[in-house]
Amino acid sequence: MRWVASLAAALATAVPALADDWGMGAANRKIAQTNVFATVSTPGDEVRTLALFVLAITGVIFVIVGGLLAYSVVRFRRRADDDGHEPPQVYGSNPIEFAWTTVPVIIAFVLILITARTIYTVQAAPRPPDAIDVRVIGHQWWWEFQYPNLGIITANELHIPVSDPNHPTPTFLELESADVAHSFWIPRLAGKTDLIPNKKNMMWFDPREVGTYLGQCAEYCGTEHALMLLRVVVQPRDEWERWVAAQQQPAAPDGAVAAGRAVFESTACINCHTVRGTVATGRFGPDLTHLMSRTTLGSGVALNSREHLKIWVHDPAEMKPGALMPAMNLAEKDLDELVGYMATLR
Amino acid sequence: MGVIQRETTLAPDAADLPLLGKLHDWVVTVDHKRLGMMYIGGGLLFFCVAGLQAATMRLQLAFPNAGIVPPQVFNRLLTMHGTAMVFLVGMPILTGFFNYLVPLMIGARDLAFPRLNAFGFWLWFFGSLLLYFSYLGAEGLYGAGSAPDVGWFAYAPLTERPFSRGNSTDYWILSIFITSIGSIATAINLMTTIVCMRCKGMALNKMPVLVWLALVVSVMIIVVLPPLGAAQVMLLLDRMLGAHFFDTQAGGSAVLWQHFFWIFGHPEVYVLIIPGFAFASEIIPVFSRKVIFGYSVMVAASCAIGFISLGVWAHHMFSVGMTPAGNAFFATSTMLVGVPTGIKIFNWLGTIWGGKIRLKVPMLFCLGFLFQFLIAGLTGIHLATAPFDWQLTDTYFVVAHFHYVLIGGLLFTIFGAIYYWFPKATGRMLGETLGKWHFWLLVIGFHLTFDTLHFAGLMGMPRRIYTYQAGRGLEALNLIASIGVIFQGAAVLCFVINVLRSLRSGEPAGDDPWDAWTLEWSTNSPPPDYNFATPPEVRSRRPLWDLKHPEDPDWEYE
Amino acid sequence: MTSTPPLTISPVVSTSAPARGHVGIFGLILTESAFFSIFVAAYVFYIGKSASGPQPRDVLAPPIFNSICLLSSSVTIVFAVRALRAAQVRTFALWWLATLILGLEFLVGTGLEWRELIYQHGLTIHTNLFGTTYYSLVGLHATHVVVGLVGLALVMILTALGHVSERHAERADVLSWYWHFVDSVWVVVFLTVYVIGR
Repeated sequence: MRWVASLAAALATAVPALADDWGMGAANRKIAQTNVFATVSTPGDEVRTLALFVLAITGVIFVIVGGLLAYSVVRFRRRADDDGHEPPQVYGSNPIEFAWTTVPVIIAFVLILITARTIYTVQAAPRPPDAIDVRVIGHQWWWEFQYPNLGIITANELHIPVSDPNHPTPTFLELESADVAHSFWIPRLAGKTDLIPNKKNMMWFDPREVGTYLGQCAEYCGTEHALMLLRVVVQPRDEWERWVAAQQQPAAPDGAVAAGRAVFESTACINCHTVRGTVATGRFGPDLTHLMSRTTLGSGVALNSREHLKIWVHDPAEMKPGALMPAMNLAEKDLDELVGYMATLR
Repeated sequence: MGVIQRETTLAPDAADLPLLGKLHDWVVTVDHKRLGMMYIGGGLLFFCVAGLQAATMRLQLAFPNAGIVPPQVFNRLLTMHGTAMVFLVGMPILTGFFNYLVPLMIGARDLAFPRLNAFGFWLWFFGSLLLYFSYLGAEGLYGAGSAPDVGWFAYAPLTERPFSRGNSTDYWILSIFITSIGSIATAINLMTTIVCMRCKGMALNKMPVLVWLALVVSVMIIVVLPPLGAAQVMLLLDRMLGAHFFDTQAGGSAVLWQHFFWIFGHPEVYVLIIPGFAFASEIIPVFSRKVIFGYSVMVAASCAIGFISLGVWAHHMFSVGMTPAGNAFFATSTMLVGVPTGIKIFNWLGTIWGGKIRLKVPMLFCLGFLFQFLIAGLTGIHLATAPFDWQLTDTYFVVAHFHYVLIGGLLFTIFGAIYYWFPKATGRMLGETLGKWHFWLLVIGFHLTFDTLHFAGLMGMPRRIYTYQAGRGLEALNLIASIGVIFQGAAVLCFVINVLRSLRSGEPAGDDPWDAWTLEWSTNSPPPDYNFATPPEVRSRRPLWDLKHPEDPDWEYE
Repeated sequence: MTSTPPLTISPVVSTSAPARGHVGIFGLILTESAFFSIFVAAYVFYIGKSASGPQPRDVLAPPIFNSICLLSSSVTIVFAVRALRAAQVRTFALWWLATLILGLEFLVGTGLEWRELIYQHGLTIHTNLFGTTYYSLVGLHATHVVVGLVGLALVMILTALGHVSERHAERADVLSWYWHFVDSVWVVVFLTVYVIGR
């Protein structure tokens, strides 16, 4: 397989039509690959156990039935020296029909039982008192994360504490949508659950390993569905609590970027965005109070850096064609000052 | 009231007519054979168009971040590819085959309502043109017009006015609504034909399996297409008159659309695959030289599939947030529908077993179908286990699964059926060597593409994405999948060349080139307008076997 | 390739041609029933969910007279077909006309009901969920009444021109099946909208 990956990489660099990946390719490679079997959280584990069981059963069925089919094609081919007579005509056999009806029914019955058990284990899990509550609101094409008990609103990157199996601190998500249907999917943590407008859904996970887990929207939601990416950062408890404390602070004023802040507060930015501690209280776009604490921009489309931020603000469509944020059409000087200000929103 | 045998005024010899006269003949025809061929021809044309759309998508997805098409164009491609393949390729080709074969197989002269038959065809034809016309005509306000881009299942509220501006979604609604009326008309026609017009001696349990399955499919179409039409009317009312059926901002329910759509959508996929079962059930016995194993069970299993399939729809909605009880119910019903399906595979195996298999091209395609449909059914079981589905749904695993069913299963049997019945319809054989190239290239290409895509889904690749980022482990898988398209394209090219060449100079076929046993092989190739010179009379399920083996007729054993 | 001997020749067989029309119309009834049931399902689903605007209880009055007219038209059409089967074309024409008139009355009554709902109560299809589901379900039924009336009117005209006779009794019967279907759907719609939904 490795030679194929190398060929793919070689071709990828050769094809001139490729768009820039804004540093995300390299960033993604540093994270363990997404894989529905490499789960680190109870819902994911439950699903994986069920999946392996089903795969085993269907694997056996495939080998037996497929093997019989292959055998029959070889064994019962018309020979070159065939006498031309028709073979014995067998119209059916009730005992055989009974047998190969009963066995599948039994297999189906077993599968139904373990499926039902897993459904209830995952969906009807009790919520321990130490659970972290997050309210997820899906937008076209970004994720809003609110921690109602902690007074935090952020976007696109979910920070949660690692959950010790002996003293679980799972994260319970309440899923809603501000516009169309979306779906929250981090394969290594849990199966996906949809975000449906006018409906509240719930899901949970309890990751037992620190790390970053990638995922993305899994329900077609319009033009940029493909780049509505997700990052879940699972941190040790103390590190997470420090993150919470930092997020709870409003934006710290910095006199050096006062000009940039003036541009921000007098432009249409404030209609859509919130920066706590300023006059910006817009709710249509992501909360920018701690923008620079995030690893990526535009829900995962680019690595967060001053250069990329400048490109985004100048014209989001360059990175994410169809994004609902319009090109701001700022003069070069205003743009520089504005980006300088935003770079202080740590 | 008896049939009055009239002397038909035969049309002038086809070769004498000028081109315009020939065209006119085809346009005004009510003959089931011609309409059948028009359906199949039209369906194959759209197959090429939608196939090119898929090839474009696979070109884009061969590399991460490829900028070959912008997202808006890609999203239209995926919507049009899916919509066209179901309604403009699958439905007409299957309708066309049943149209052509059912009267011949039951010894009838035509369908019950020949003019309704023509009406149904032209509705389909104009509906199809309307769908593709959207590329040109959908410019509404905001300049947001073009082809629909909401996915073939058009979930609400993405399809509501605020999120789907211009008229592209309206084109989706209207074109599919119109073609569906055509499908329903043909289904009523087929059902009436089978119930009322079988020849003497052909009781229901003496019909060929294909005719039984045509009856099952017709009843399913009659019952299952209206829910889609109803939902589409509701959506149109929302979009045009400000109704609130699926308008979540006014209290409407997005999930309601999903229920209505899948109440249609799931049985629809059985409507698509059951004709494939029908073709296989006619071809496999003939090329194994054995009667079908377990006729009654095959019929009963097909009826069971048709019936149970009406109760599994929400397995497309496992991630929507239904209650555990709801999820468990639909997981259960979905597993159960797998049982009669498996039984059919066993019965085909029982037919082949002990036979004398002739590996001609129709049989090759049916053997490919058996293996591939087995795999498709097994990945279906994976998807039926709701919790596993929570990982797999809306990913390339599902895409791989349903392409396994529709290409690996249905398309293979369609090609098998074309190779099998082309001689009857045209009087000429399709080339055997080119047919084998067609088959093997398709096998290679199909497996390169769709085996690989299962793994892309397991690695976290959702469906309907116009691109993906590097470093997610998806590059190699997507490149291989895209390379497979080249082989599939080559296969289809072989097929097209084969058809064109054989129409011109294929080997003359005679009435019964395959030494088969059902009634259509007892008349000329191509059949005369009136099908049978005298109405046939049968005593068993294989009337021609009885004639060829008078010492050992079927009716002594049935 | 084996040569196939000719098939058994039998005398002219009777087809079940008369049954074709009835089986066909049964297929149509089946498909239309499926179509209607989705609108009924939507209606039932949205009962009580309108957050604002006129509510059923406040603005709906069960159209008893209209319903009696429509359901009686099923009786008159039975008499009409019976008369035609007995070759009594004049009697047939009178009963057929009665059916037509009763159907028209139903339509007029529905129109008057809608006029009151729209202008007096301010209920339209986009007012609220009740308006959406009410007008679509009752409107769908009314559309089917219109189609039926067009069919009935055509037969009426042909009868007036003297083209209809006993030979056409079965076809009239097939059309009457459609009409019975429209009336039975009204029973379901009436129960859903004016009884269960109020």
